[in-house]
Amino acid sequence: MARIVFTANLQRHIDCPAAEAEGATVREALEAVFRTNERLRGYVLDDQQALRRHMAIVVDGKPLRDRVHLSDPVSAASAIYVLQALSGG
Amino acid sequence: MSDRLAVSTRKGLFWVDRNGGDWRVAGADFLGDNVTLTLHDERSGYDYAVLNHGHFGVKLHRRGDGAWKEIAAPAYPSKPEGLVDRDGWGKDIPYSLINIFSLEPGGSDEDGLLWCGTIPGGLFRSRDHGATWELIRSLWDDPKRQQWMGGGTEWPAIHSICVDPRGSAIVRIGISCGGVWETRDGGSAWKCRADGMFAAFMPPEMSRDPNVQDPHCLVQSRSAPDRLWAQHHNGIFRSDDASGSWREIADVPPSSFGFAVAVHPREPDTAWFVPAIKDERRIPVDGKLVVTRTRDAGRTFDVLREGLPQEHAYDVVYRHALAIDESGDRLAFATTTGGLYVSEDQGDRWREITHSLPPAHAVRFVG
Repeated sequence: MARIVFTANLQRHIDCPAAEAEGATVREALEAVFRTNERLRGYVLDDQQALRRHMAIVVDGKPLRDRVHLSDPVSAASAIYVLQALSGG
Repeated sequence: MSDRLAVSTRKGLFWVDRNGGDWRVAGADFLGDNVTLTLHDERSGYDYAVLNHGHFGVKLHRRGDGAWKEIAAPAYPSKPEGLVDRDGWGKDIPYSLINIFSLEPGGSDEDGLLWCGTIPGGLFRSRDHGATWELIRSLWDDPKRQQWMGGGTEWPAIHSICVDPRGSAIVRIGISCGGVWETRDGGSAWKCRADGMFAAFMPPEMSRDPNVQDPHCLVQSRSAPDRLWAQHHNGIFRSDDASGSWREIADVPPSSFGFAVAVHPREPDTAWFVPAIKDERRIPVDGKLVVTRTRDAGRTFDVLREGLPQEHAYDVVYRHALAIDESGDRLAFATTTGGLYVSEDQGDRWREITHSLPPAHAVRFVG
């Protein structure tokens, strides 16, 4: 299962420890986490379920390419980091 | 008389209490977070707070007797694939909550009903104290909505909501930039009601179009509801026929530009404004912070400065940061440079409560 780590700055607003999640894409892995933590969804994704404008995701050292559909592939050994983009100020 | 203020700031929600004649900061919630607006609902006793976390989006919190709890924020529906939805400037409208710019209770006969105005231009309603929200589709789907434009914000902002005291189904909203809109049936049908407003900064053929007007703030007299006041980007406007028509109040010293307006709860001819230099500079005229007040529907104005800084003051007062209490005697405003000022005599004299708050978005009297 892929490992998902959320920025520590998010922990102040909502409990979201690092998680192990199954899925073939970033979307599937995140959805697996949201199934047990629905409130977290709105902190990471916008109303259209795209990555929030000032959020960033890094998969195995590479920035997410598909910010709308989150279709970037992940493997069972992947590390997914959900971070703040510096663009947000 | 209200003895409590809620001050929403860039770095927290501050409670300011009056004790023994002195106003003091009594406590803070959400310290460090960007609290943009609050509402105390007298009907239910609930407090509401809007938090804009930037990266993490806009959240809504509610408090009854206990601790604050996050509740649902209004959410935009899925944008149909291929739909082109652009604002008046031709920019794509995001179908996502960018900010909450107004939050008001429905009428006294509508327990639990809240109205919420947002950026990018959606009006929402809750019937259950904010537990769930519905987008008012009749307004969102009106083709004229696509003529609205951002003004000071990237996309259109519904910043003012006035529920008519004569009937809760009559609601007027102010939009930057989309003029004033009115429903008389609780939100099923809407009409733009900004005739008479004009925007000298627009091309001449567009300057009087009601649907592109930029009222910064809209308030309605509770004792004479046909009277509305608007602080508009282009100056001060008044309506005497429930937004059917508007007339400019021109040449108000030291400036008729500003963001905020307050109207006396029982004297419709009495209103207050906080002027600034028009319009890109947006600082007090001559570095002197003043409040202007009319008692005769705008024929004359007093320039009120006692107790306010009169040199090197660069405070700006945002549209939600001037408040009046139920008595009509107490006013308060908070500024972008962290000042909080209170008057207990309708603005004749002001007291600086603090000048070291974070930049302020909004002020409300509570209770």
